[in-house]
Amino acid sequence: MTALPYLAILRARFVLMLQYRAAAWAGVGTQFWFGAIRVLTLVAFYAGAGKQPLNLPQVVTYIWLGQAFLAMLPWAPDAEIAAGVESGNVGYERLKPVDTYLLWFARALAWRAANTSLRAGPVFVLAALVLPLTDMADWRWRLPSSPTAATLFVVSITLTALLSSAITVLLNIVTTAVRTPRAASFLMGFTNLFSGLVLPLALFPDWAQPFLLWQPFAGLADIPYRIYFGALAGPMAAKGLAAQALWIIVLALIGRWWLDRVMARIDMQGS
Amino acid sequence: MAQINVENLCKTYHVGVRDPGLGGALRGLFQRRVREIVALDKVSFSLARGELLGFIGPNGAGKSTTIKILSGILRPTAGRCEVNGLVPWEQRIAHVARIGVVFGQRTQLWWDLPIIESFELLRDIYRVDATAFMRTKDRLIDMLKIAPLLDTPLRQLSLGQRMRCEIAAALLHGPEILFLDEPTIGLDAVSKLALREFVKELNRTEGVTVILTTHDMHDIEALAKRVIIIGNGKLLRDSSFESMRSEVLGERRLFVDFAADNGDIAIDGATIRARDGRSVEYAFDPARTAAHTLISRIAASHDVVDIRVEDPKIEEVIARFYTLHGAVES
Repeated sequence: MTALPYLAILRARFVLMLQYRAAAWAGVGTQFWFGAIRVLTLVAFYAGAGKQPLNLPQVVTYIWLGQAFLAMLPWAPDAEIAAGVESGNVGYERLKPVDTYLLWFARALAWRAANTSLRAGPVFVLAALVLPLTDMADWRWRLPSSPTAATLFVVSITLTALLSSAITVLLNIVTTAVRTPRAASFLMGFTNLFSGLVLPLALFPDWAQPFLLWQPFAGLADIPYRIYFGALAGPMAAKGLAAQALWIIVLALIGRWWLDRVMARIDMQGS
Repeated sequence: MAQINVENLCKTYHVGVRDPGLGGALRGLFQRRVREIVALDKVSFSLARGELLGFIGPNGAGKSTTIKILSGILRPTAGRCEVNGLVPWEQRIAHVARIGVVFGQRTQLWWDLPIIESFELLRDIYRVDATAFMRTKDRLIDMLKIAPLLDTPLRQLSLGQRMRCEIAAALLHGPEILFLDEPTIGLDAVSKLALREFVKELNRTEGVTVILTTHDMHDIEALAKRVIIIGNGKLLRDSSFESMRSEVLGERRLFVDFAADNGDIAIDGATIRARDGRSVEYAFDPARTAAHTLISRIAASHDVVDIRVEDPKIEEVIARFYTLHGAVES
């Protein structure tokens, strides 16, 4: 078995997603605006607080990373597959001589990669290059703490893309199993809270920290961001990467097993 | 040797039902009631390589279900089925690589991609060898006259154009069997004729086995040498098109235009089906009364302007057959 079909799907889908430039620009605007609001909120929060696990420049950078890589978060199932579930088209995926799990995974990965690559650049330009030229230089997106941190961040954010795709495929499967895309939306709140998007996970109470590091959503945002500015370094960074890899494997195994079962009992009455 | 073997194939769908009203909705929260719908009931047939089979039956008869099982999308409730020696739903990937499927109401092309890019993607998905792909692609583009459409995204094509591209897409990997589920639905007369011509040619020159479902009896008349009629999930008949036609068609029609509007126009051996002034339509059984006998009887007693003998329309034949077997959609 070769990877050719899956790479072809990934490439076609990636190119296709790049066509949605208007949506991407709107996204950049929104993400910059919300990023600014969240920075202001945290600045106010920090002004009255004592010593925190992350310093203010780190938290501000954390927020900008969150805005730049927002499209990595698996909020919803693949829109086309969800539409296929409602129309009954989803069974026709089985007509292609490819593994359906890998097909869906390749689609999800292309979606995450294309959306992120359209948004991350402009948010970086605005927050890391333009902001320092204004009198809001304190609220800028800072560069990685060291070359090592930068390298580890690249590894970690790549794992994030894989983890996010594994979760997206699970959402596709849930959607197919219960036959409505709405079923998957309950996960969105969890994703936001436990990925660190609402509040960096380091700011949660100490007793929750071991759990927070090893739950699946940390790998979607918190782990790569903390690696970026060196708050997770050395053995801690290794633990973070291990947590990401572990969840990719676990979720992919669950997804594979579950997809076969769902597809075996799918019914498509009528044409 | 048979290429497709189907034995006692059964498929039962489970449809959730609830009582009407709020009470019903509340009960449904605790107790899911399921109604069983038998879509296929012990269907058996076999098909040799190179055959061209037409599948007909009223809506809900089980045609699409049969195609979906044969193509590996659905798993039957019971029964056996082998296509090219493979069990479609168990050896799905190997199986679907060797068949082509066109569903008239679905698409396998990518909505936003230009047709040619969809074709190239299919080449990679089916792992078609590059030179073989070029050859097949060029021939299909030529035969289906889709060269001007290749750079257009699917969403901008008309239904007729789309269907030609769909058929090309289903054949790019050189399948041994082509499934066509209502391929002419919604097409105009010219497109229908072109499509029939292409399918016939494909079957004749390349020996591709074709299984076709349709509601358009002209598709069947033009294409199928063999016809399976299915109703309420049961196989009602499996025979050549001609024998089906002559069996159900124990009857012919005689149209007479009389010179004058005379009162008594009843004739021995024929019944009056319709009368419009001086024009009268008779039905008769050619096995009992020959057409020329009837004509001379009429000519002997009346002044006649014109006489024509015709077969009932094919739709009428089929409709009668469905009614005869209680196969009309319930």
